[in-house]
Amino acid sequence: MIKFTDQHEWVRVEGEEAVVGITPYAAEQLGDVVFVELPEAGRKVDQFKEAAVVESVKAASEIYAPVGGEVVAVNAALAETPGLVNEDALGKGWFLKLRIRDKGELDKLMSAEEYETYVKGL
Amino acid sequence: MRYLPLNAEDRRAMLATIGVRSVDELFRDVPKEARLDEPLDLPRHMGELEVERALTSLAAQSVSAGSVPFFVGCGAYRHHVPASVDHLIQRSEFLTAYTPYQPEIAQGTLQYLFEFQTMVARLAGLEVANASMYDGSTAAGEAVQMAARVTKRSKAVLSGGLHPQYRDVIETYVRYQDDEIVAAPMALGAEPGLADLIDEDTACVVVQTPSVFGTPVDLRPIAAAAHAKGALLVAVVTEVVSLGLLESPGAMGADIVVGEGQGLGVGLNFGGPYVGLFATRAKFLRQMPGRLAGETVDAEGRPGYVLTLSTREQHIRREKATSNICTNSGLCCLAFTIHLSLLGEAGFTRLARLNHEAAIRLSDRLAAARGAELATPAFFNEFTLRLKKPAAGVVEALAARGVLGGVPASRLLPGETAAENLLIVAATETNTDEDMERFATALAEVLA
Amino acid sequence: MSDAQGRPTQPDISAAGAPPATFSGDRGLALEEASIFALSRAGVTGVDLPEPKGVAPRLAGLERKGAIGLPGLSEPEVVRHFVRLSRRNYAIDLGVFPLGSCTMKHNPRLNEKMARLPGFADLHPLQPVSTVQGALGLIDSLAHWLKVLTGLPVIAMSPKAGAHGELCGMMAIRAAIDARGERRRRVLVPASAHGTNPATAAQCGFEVDEIAGDATGRVSAASVAERLGPDVAGIMLTNPNTCGLFEREVREIAARVHEAGGYFYCDGANFNALVGRVRPGDLGVDAMHINLHKTFSTPHGGGGPGAGPVAFSEALAPFAPRPWVVHGAAGFALVEAEGDAKGAKPFGRLTAFHGQMGMFVRALAYMMSHGGDGLRQVAEDAVLNANYVMACLKDAMSVPFAGPCMHEALFDDAFLEGTGVATLDFAKALIDEGYHPMTVYFPLVVHGAMLVEPTETESKESLDRFIASMRGLALAAKAGDAARFKGAPFYAPRRRLDETQAARKPVLVAAEASPRAAAE
Repeated sequence: MIKFTDQHEWVRVEGEEAVVGITPYAAEQLGDVVFVELPEAGRKVDQFKEAAVVESVKAASEIYAPVGGEVVAVNAALAETPGLVNEDALGKGWFLKLRIRDKGELDKLMSAEEYETYVKGL
Repeated sequence: MRYLPLNAEDRRAMLATIGVRSVDELFRDVPKEARLDEPLDLPRHMGELEVERALTSLAAQSVSAGSVPFFVGCGAYRHHVPASVDHLIQRSEFLTAYTPYQPEIAQGTLQYLFEFQTMVARLAGLEVANASMYDGSTAAGEAVQMAARVTKRSKAVLSGGLHPQYRDVIETYVRYQDDEIVAAPMALGAEPGLADLIDEDTACVVVQTPSVFGTPVDLRPIAAAAHAKGALLVAVVTEVVSLGLLESPGAMGADIVVGEGQGLGVGLNFGGPYVGLFATRAKFLRQMPGRLAGETVDAEGRPGYVLTLSTREQHIRREKATSNICTNSGLCCLAFTIHLSLLGEAGFTRLARLNHEAAIRLSDRLAAARGAELATPAFFNEFTLRLKKPAAGVVEALAARGVLGGVPASRLLPGETAAENLLIVAATETNTDEDMERFATALAEVLA
Repeated sequence: MSDAQGRPTQPDISAAGAPPATFSGDRGLALEEASIFALSRAGVTGVDLPEPKGVAPRLAGLERKGAIGLPGLSEPEVVRHFVRLSRRNYAIDLGVFPLGSCTMKHNPRLNEKMARLPGFADLHPLQPVSTVQGALGLIDSLAHWLKVLTGLPVIAMSPKAGAHGELCGMMAIRAAIDARGERRRRVLVPASAHGTNPATAAQCGFEVDEIAGDATGRVSAASVAERLGPDVAGIMLTNPNTCGLFEREVREIAARVHEAGGYFYCDGANFNALVGRVRPGDLGVDAMHINLHKTFSTPHGGGGPGAGPVAFSEALAPFAPRPWVVHGAAGFALVEAEGDAKGAKPFGRLTAFHGQMGMFVRALAYMMSHGGDGLRQVAEDAVLNANYVMACLKDAMSVPFAGPCMHEALFDDAFLEGTGVATLDFAKALIDEGYHPMTVYFPLVVHGAMLVEPTETESKESLDRFIASMRGLALAAKAGDAARFKGAPFYAPRRRLDETQAARKPVLVAAEASPRAAAE
């Protein structure tokens, strides 16, 4: 199951865990990503609170956790190759993995269809 | 009006193009109550000759350092600057350029900033340096804030050998961020108690070397103590020439090195403009304040330079920036870089040795005077004398005898009784043996 | 034809083809220059110093053991290196430098000469006060000019640049609020503000509350009033604002902020539009920095040094930072230490020593040259020049807010819509025309912003030539000549640089002859 926020993060639920990244639309708006600041494993983040920062040459954007939980892994490949976010935003360009605290929070997010409509309206 | 190219005819024609009758109409958005109809009570314009006459006469009312035997230091040092430095920095393309935001037509500035960064990093013994801060004291303030970001802690421990005005600046910089500052008591030499002030809340310990009293500090034990508690060591160097002879702070374990670069190329200037040096470890790069020039390639693959990692800075990050700094000390960086390029490795290390030897000769002469003893047995080019009477009066009496004989510690530490009789004296390559003799003679008279 | 020695007597380029690649990499006067570390050779120096005597050191055993990694070059090599670098820069002395918000005006050389007088340049900040009376007199004199020009009673002279001045002003506001025993932490900042404003507010422990502008590009008193409350410390407002417009309701905004117990910080970056014609004190300002390197002609020097004295109202004056100059019984004196500040409540000290003396001398030389009458003319001509540029270009380009503007003319990228040309491309094409581009993508409130500040030191002829280039480019973009823009600049020392690579793999120091690695 994949869900989206209005801030252009995506979250894919894998059992008790959630993989988080930004959408291709967000990656395109930023331009070439040059740096991603990721949290350390073990950090607890609340839903819709800052979890990471993504930077292009002339912009920096906070990434908010689509769902609350504890960070269990981050995408170490982004340190060396931040361009993965542009190349494969929904796949190899993932940011972090969370252990979900409350699956009920997922209900506040958009489905793929809803997000697509939302982006079209921007 | 020699700086204004428009004449009355131009102004008339331009107003007509704009479609207004008078320039007053262009100011129509200004509320009536705030429009000045009469000229302000200020002198009328003057020609070059008149301005020159007035300012030259004002300048003559001070005693310039080069006109007397001169031994004042404490964070600003008088060194000889080669003639080509001032010639080069006055080239229009350097002097009248802006911040290199358009790199294709600012490669000159960007390249010297890159060379400056390289020199500063190497002097500091660290991996990266920025393109300068305002001066050494504000660089120290920024370093303490950076250490708090890196460690996510809020306490800074300041050595008792730190320049008191630097301490004052650091305290001011963090005052409204609710950070805690613990300042160790005044210390002429080693500070065995400093390590005890470092705890699990400590973000950094700030140590100046040579200290404001002139003592070179072995940073290794304090670096070890700081690192053991997860704190950073910030080293402050106010006399950059000392780095030609002393071990670099980075090699002794400092995590951030800040310094005053004024001694190379810049001159005394009554306190400013100066050039703040700022170096750190590569792993802390993204927490660093200030501009950075970086190497890259252009669309044809030719090497070139740009300002980089700007997402740290205020113009992009706004309230989340690492610092609010915008303007830095560009032209002073250039003067520093040219002076250091002229000296080179060989000249710079020799200059440092000459400074040290001058201070040794002077300290031997002055400490021979009755009523003066050397309070700092180890030093680079500045040392402290303990006098038999208050140093402030001695300095005034020396000035009356035509000698600028150092800084009374009480000027920097008013109310500190232990400082009252201390005189801080600097010697550089600019002091002749005759200067030193005049100083020694005058000091003996004043103390008699 | 050739003469008897075989020397051609007429140029004949009929047989020449395309310009060749050169063996040196240089192209005539377009000279390449390697890093100084690559030019270095061991044992060479550009300074002759006497031989040290070899006295035993007294350094507590802390002598440096390894080499530093500095270059070695003779004087002619160093001079040539930096002269060659200089030729790779654009500068005001070469042409129009219409960088909005930056006030790139002519830098008089008299200022340079005066700043180098030994009685100013060769003074130590800690010499006995009795030996620096002329320098203190100069600071006092400059402060007097600034007081008269701002209509505010006290000037803090020590801030080293505009952003440092902002810190000075906002810290004084924080100190004043603390002194009242209040806990106001919110500061209103318009969306169009310079980035230094929110960064400064944050450094003083304030939260930034962003306010939007109205349809005319200004902040309305009503929009300020609805955000005011007992937690508001004040407002940071740039006037004229970053869109080049005078804030019409500024006095009312000031009154509302004061009624609500807050203070009015004015970003003085744009004072060049007002100097001699409008006093910020008459607008209700409590604190304003003055960029001596903008309004008062001290050189920008490739990014600094600047100077940012701050003018304070009576309400904030007691909190101004140390040091300051006072008139004592025996001439001028300095209040440097906390204990000397009788009656005042300075929030602290912003720098060692007393401020940017070298810049003070230059600024005073400039003010004296212009006089009160000339400074007023400066503001008028600066505003006239900007309005002239706007009037001549508004049909070819697009203007988001109707004029009159003040000292800078703002354009947006609406006129480029559908051309495939972006603001950045337009700016780069202007480089090929021989100009430094205007400020681009600032203020943030306008899409694809282009902010043109010609300053008063441009002649009508030079503006006409600049306008002709701007107009020509606008028409070329609309005519579909995107190639001219996308590849630009073609004629600069470098084509567009790869900023993404620079940020992804930062190279910030030279690779040649690296010193030993830092101790871990």
